Amino acid sequence: MTYLHNIGAYFLMIAEMFRKPTKWSVMKTLIFKDIDDLVLRSLGIIAFISFFVGGVITIQTALNISSPLIPKYLVGFATRQSVILEFAPTFTSVIMAGKVGSFITSSIGTMRVTEQIDALEVMGINSLNYLVFPKAVALMLYPFAIAIGMFLGILGGMAACVYGGFSSLEDYVYGIQTDFIPFHITYAFIKTFVFAFVLATIPAFHGYYMKGGALEVGKASTTSFVWTSVVIILLNYFLTQMLLS
Amino acid sequence: MIEVKDLHKSFNGVEVLKGISTTFEKGKTNLIIGQSGSGKTVFLKCLLGLFTYEEGSIAYDGKVFSNLTEDEKRDLRGDIGMVFQGSALFDSMTIAENVMFPLRMFTNQSKSEMQDRVDFVLNRVNLSDAHKKKPSEASGGMQKRVAIARAIVNNPKYLFCDEPNSGLDPKTSIVIDNLIKEITEEYNITTVINSHDMNSVMQIGEKIVFLKNGLKAWEGSNKNIFKTDNEVVTDFVYSSELMKKVRQMYIEERQ
Repeated sequence: MTYLHNIGAYFLMIAEMFRKPTKWSVMKTLIFKDIDDLVLRSLGIIAFISFFVGGVITIQTALNISSPLIPKYLVGFATRQSVILEFAPTFTSVIMAGKVGSFITSSIGTMRVTEQIDALEVMGINSLNYLVFPKAVALMLYPFAIAIGMFLGILGGMAACVYGGFSSLEDYVYGIQTDFIPFHITYAFIKTFVFAFVLATIPAFHGYYMKGGALEVGKASTTSFVWTSVVIILLNYFLTQMLLS
Repeated sequence: MIEVKDLHKSFNGVEVLKGISTTFEKGKTNLIIGQSGSGKTVFLKCLLGLFTYEEGSIAYDGKVFSNLTEDEKRDLRGDIGMVFQGSALFDSMTIAENVMFPLRMFTNQSKSEMQDRVDFVLNRVNLSDAHKKKPSEASGGMQKRVAIARAIVNNPKYLFCDEPNSGLDPKTSIVIDNLIKEITEEYNITTVINSHDMNSVMQIGEKIVFLKNGLKAWEGSNKNIFKTDNEVVTDFVYSSELMKKVRQMYIEERQ
């Protein structure tokens, strides 16, 4: 029953988020601040992880190809497919559930504990619109970060492939161009937009409706990470089923 | 003026407010006092509209809150200033930005007009040099004064304070009490303070509502709270050694 109640409360929160909008001059500032906090400040970790995971995918693919009948360019092909279809949109989003999600839950949760949300409500401000809406809008730029992750993942794979001596640069470049289906990029970005909304709203829900003190803020951050990851994985399954099969 | 009639509020079937009726007068500092768990905070949150209530009514200058439309409620909230127990200042903003916040949200003033108003209000609470500080860099007393400045910056008709002296030393408490009283008289606003600080009761309690177990046990002023024979009130008021001595002196003086 608690799960059902929470699901209902989550969708009511989403509806409330769009009511009684905050003055645009204030909202604009909030959106820019959240773009900086949530997207720009995540670029470093996304770039670092993407580059090295791309490299690892390449090395593992190359080491598992033992048959001389399998062409060398398959390493580039497999890296491209893994990075674009799954690693960049899904794996990175699960990592972001930890980084961005915890930040959102703890910052909103702390505002709840210190009565800052009550202060907004007393002033007649729709606190959900003020706190959650700019985060959801800011994270609509998240696909740009994922695009950078895709590029760096493939670049990392190339570096590992060429400098590790697994195949030549020409083979790798030929591999990443082979059988390229543009819809796979569209599929990846559709997933990323959905995950971006999930990344903004589920952690916000856990922060906004938390009760208690500092200890509960920590617990809420952990719970929000778990649920955001679970929802991302489930949505990943359903979106893949709907869009690719 | 705020009129409360027969207010009932329950949580999970447990009645916390059991029919409170009272009036908070304009231009006066009205205090709600009582022991912890007596229902003070719930009562204050009902007055602020943060909690809904099952029965009764709250009228702000004749306008019954529950009968107002959403837009009217929003307008009314623009007339309310609130000082929270923990100040509730926004951590991400400087002190000046905190005070400017209601102006940015609810007025169309230019930046220089808002800046002038912020300077005036911060000067009024004796914080003319604290504009650029973050709330975390300010002392407890300073944070309370910033909260008062933020509450009055938009010229409210009603000022609510939830235990404004909690966590403050006696000297700073007196400064805060006097500031609230001066502002109440200066701007002729209806001030409601939730407190269990007896110094505040003596200093600024022009109208006092005493709550016990969700009921109004007594009502009066700081002038007659020491004369009352109401056992519930005397138990609370004279619970400390200091207050017992004050009462003894008062009785001796009367004899």
